Amino acid sequence: MRRIGVFVCHCGTNIASTVDVKAVAETLGKEPAVVFSTDYPYMCSEAGQNIIKEAIKEYKLEGVVVCSCSPRMHEATFRKTVQAAGLNPYLLEVANIREQCSWIHKDKAEATAKAIVLGRAAIAKVQLNAPLIAGESPVVKRALVIGGGIAGIQTALDIADAGYEVDIVEKQPTIGGKMTQIDKTFPTLDCSSCILTPKMVDCAQNEKITIYSYSEVEAVTGFVGNFSVKIRRKARYVDETKCTGCGVCTEKCPVKNVPNEYNLGMNNRHAAYIPFAQAIPNVAVIDAAHCNKFKTGKCGLCEKLCSAGAINYNQQDTIVEEKYGAIVVATGYNPISVDKYDEFAYSQSKDVVTSLEFERILKADGPTEGHLQRMSDGKQPKTIVFVQCVGSRDTSGCGKEYCSKICCMYTAKHAMYCREKYPDTDVYVFYIDVRTPGKNYDEFYRRAVEQYGVHYIKGMVGKVSPKADGTLHVQASDLISNEQLHISADMVVLAAAIEPDKSARPLATMLTASMDTNDFFTEAHAKLRPVESPTAGVFLSGVCQGPKDIPETVAQAGAAASKVIGLLAKDKLSCNPCVAHSNETMCNGCSTCANVCPYGAITYEDKDFSRRKDGSMIRRVATVNEAVCQGCGACTVACPSGAMDLKGFSTGQIMAEVDAICK
Amino acid sequence: MTFSYFPGCTLKTKAKELDRYARISAEALGFTLEEIPDWQCCGGVYPMAKNEIASKLSSVRALASAKQKGQALVTLCSACHNVIKQVNNDMKTDSNIVLKANNYLKLDEPYQGETEVLHYLEVLRDKIGFDNLKAAVKNPFTGKKIAAYYGCLLLRPGKVMQMDNPENPKILEDFIRAIGAEPVLYSQRNECCGGYMTLEDKPTAQNRSKAVMDNAEEYGAEMVITACPLCMYNLTKNSGSNIPVVYFTEILAQALGLE
Repeated sequence: MRRIGVFVCHCGTNIASTVDVKAVAETLGKEPAVVFSTDYPYMCSEAGQNIIKEAIKEYKLEGVVVCSCSPRMHEATFRKTVQAAGLNPYLLEVANIREQCSWIHKDKAEATAKAIVLGRAAIAKVQLNAPLIAGESPVVKRALVIGGGIAGIQTALDIADAGYEVDIVEKQPTIGGKMTQIDKTFPTLDCSSCILTPKMVDCAQNEKITIYSYSEVEAVTGFVGNFSVKIRRKARYVDETKCTGCGVCTEKCPVKNVPNEYNLGMNNRHAAYIPFAQAIPNVAVIDAAHCNKFKTGKCGLCEKLCSAGAINYNQQDTIVEEKYGAIVVATGYNPISVDKYDEFAYSQSKDVVTSLEFERILKADGPTEGHLQRMSDGKQPKTIVFVQCVGSRDTSGCGKEYCSKICCMYTAKHAMYCREKYPDTDVYVFYIDVRTPGKNYDEFYRRAVEQYGVHYIKGMVGKVSPKADGTLHVQASDLISNEQLHISADMVVLAAAIEPDKSARPLATMLTASMDTNDFFTEAHAKLRPVESPTAGVFLSGVCQGPKDIPETVAQAGAAASKVIGLLAKDKLSCNPCVAHSNETMCNGCSTCANVCPYGAITYEDKDFSRRKDGSMIRRVATVNEAVCQGCGACTVACPSGAMDLKGFSTGQIMAEVDAICK
Repeated sequence: MTFSYFPGCTLKTKAKELDRYARISAEALGFTLEEIPDWQCCGGVYPMAKNEIASKLSSVRALASAKQKGQALVTLCSACHNVIKQVNNDMKTDSNIVLKANNYLKLDEPYQGETEVLHYLEVLRDKIGFDNLKAAVKNPFTGKKIAAYYGCLLLRPGKVMQMDNPENPKILEDFIRAIGAEPVLYSQRNECCGGYMTLEDKPTAQNRSKAVMDNAEEYGAEMVITACPLCMYNLTKNSGSNIPVVYFTEILAQALGLE
């Protein structure tokens, strides 16, 4: 029997107020193998760790049990502690008496009894712990950034700046993302294109950066330091290496009625197109779904006109396979569809627009060339009603429960713009709350109210009724004066909630990265590790992690880059030694384990088990590639003959814990 | 196909046509409405108070009666449908109400929301199918511009009623298309007609019903259809409009060649 030491932490009052820690230490101290047991207010503090180190030496401990918080929090801390005292770090067990005990119970007697049981289970397990030694795996010095909006661009530039190779995968034909569609950026009102396009050009010119535009990630295998990624490069029917972006094909293409994505369908583009003038790469795309050549076989005009000979109707999708040390997710967002909010009559009138559509109307390269006009009749609107929180902070089940965070500021920007450029316009903003924390943000909003005379009304619009004469009858409640308002408006602008891009969910599955119920990626720790996914080697940049504006996105993008740089700077990573292994004498080679392994870590080999007298006996047995195995344990459960086991979590160890709990 | 049928008080008095046309159309379309014996008032208005139980009991009795026969319960009046469907939802989800209602009623077998509640329109859409209805039409209203008026009770609360999207419904428009007419889309189609306000504050009810009818007229409606007797009252008596308002069952019967 091993000599065990037990260390019970108070965690200030977090544990001690619900669990009688002295009683736990005393009771566990009487367990047969325990030779030392104590308690301390903060076991993770330097003084607390020193108690453990000294006890290991003084009592010649061969196993350590710390009763404290979740192992997710401090297992690594205490492993280092016992290692410093000369013990193998895997001879430590943490009994979680905080998250799984003190925080969820009220009755002190019950909680204390449970803490003792949890401690006993850990003692039983540590008796069977084997000393494990972590192996090492090399780091591929190249990063992948998925998504080429401002988040992905900034992350890629920062990583490249540190001297590492970066690839950007962007599903659209150009990088730039949502920021390309925006006119001005709050609170300083600098032109969005003017601050973004130089960064796009930097990406294109940086020799460390490769841009895979019009491409999507198709499969991801491997693990931190050594991911293997398949990227599908969609056929654009234009040879990227030959196209000069002259625009002849996009002008002469006879198909002119394809809804233009860049202007959110408010005008049309040709079937051969470049999304916008500053696109990177500045290369045309042929939209096969609308192109006459693909639909009827007749046309081929662009091929005849292209002086560079870049048009290639036979181009196929290609797959690029590349290895990466780190992956950054920067998949961004989209405004929600406002279909479910037809009380605002979005589907009934062209003059009810979303805020992003309004942004396009204001921008010089938009459908109205920057003139404030109604989409129905081209007239300048005299009365505009802005509705905030369309689908945000919505508990009715139609929308999102969260605050989309950016809408209060851009609505103030839009409202001020209307009053500044067209002072005879009457502007109303309906809000639930105005939320403008941030540097120079509240001042910005106050300016809209105080200097620009925008009518901010606390309340919600209940109904927008389009009249046959084209006006929009807006019925709303003013909650402060407690009255119903009826406004005859020319235009209604809906601040639609934002949601993660639809590509995020399948990508999360490929990366085995976790998401919340709203499909935002979860961070490893909400406060302390905000740019890392819980999956090692996967990092988060921008709105894919939660709603944020451009300044915050850029800050987070830089933070994600610095984490990637920290990883790529290492030559080797130590592996998790808690991996599966197969007992060859029990394995019957049935392949069940290989079929359930999500990492492809299991292979088979024919091994000679012949003994000298019995003649030949060759059997097919499973072998685990320890560098690839992530220790998930799926194979150990699936194995019908009990040959698979997980180091650090063997069946024997788990059963010992269960026995200790049930005793 | 036989359904239990709850007509409700108004369909026996002011809104006899709504009821009569529904029954003959049902027979023509191959389903039977079997009136529940000894039915009582649905309760009139769904009580919002959590501890209000007495006015829910008659609905529960009707629901339990349909359950005994193993039939779905069909309603026609928007108000009855709203009350019965909401009470049924309580009987499915609120254990406190289930306990109290069963204690009061002392049924042979406790009722726990088992009955499926269908509006007549849902029978047309989900059990008969608008395509089959279209095939059965003998006198199509070709070219007629008909505006559907939903009112508030038929669709809301959306999570409980589950009939259609309350802000952008289409069930009545699909019905209008099935009988060969052209639906008129106008934004007031799912707003309040004024309801019971007509009793204590007539000008408000007049404003509301006028807003509805004016909006329908603006968009070219030649006729307005409804499923609700109270809407019918407000739209004809309080709106000042001359556009005819009829129950959807009446034009259904006409389209089927029954009149």
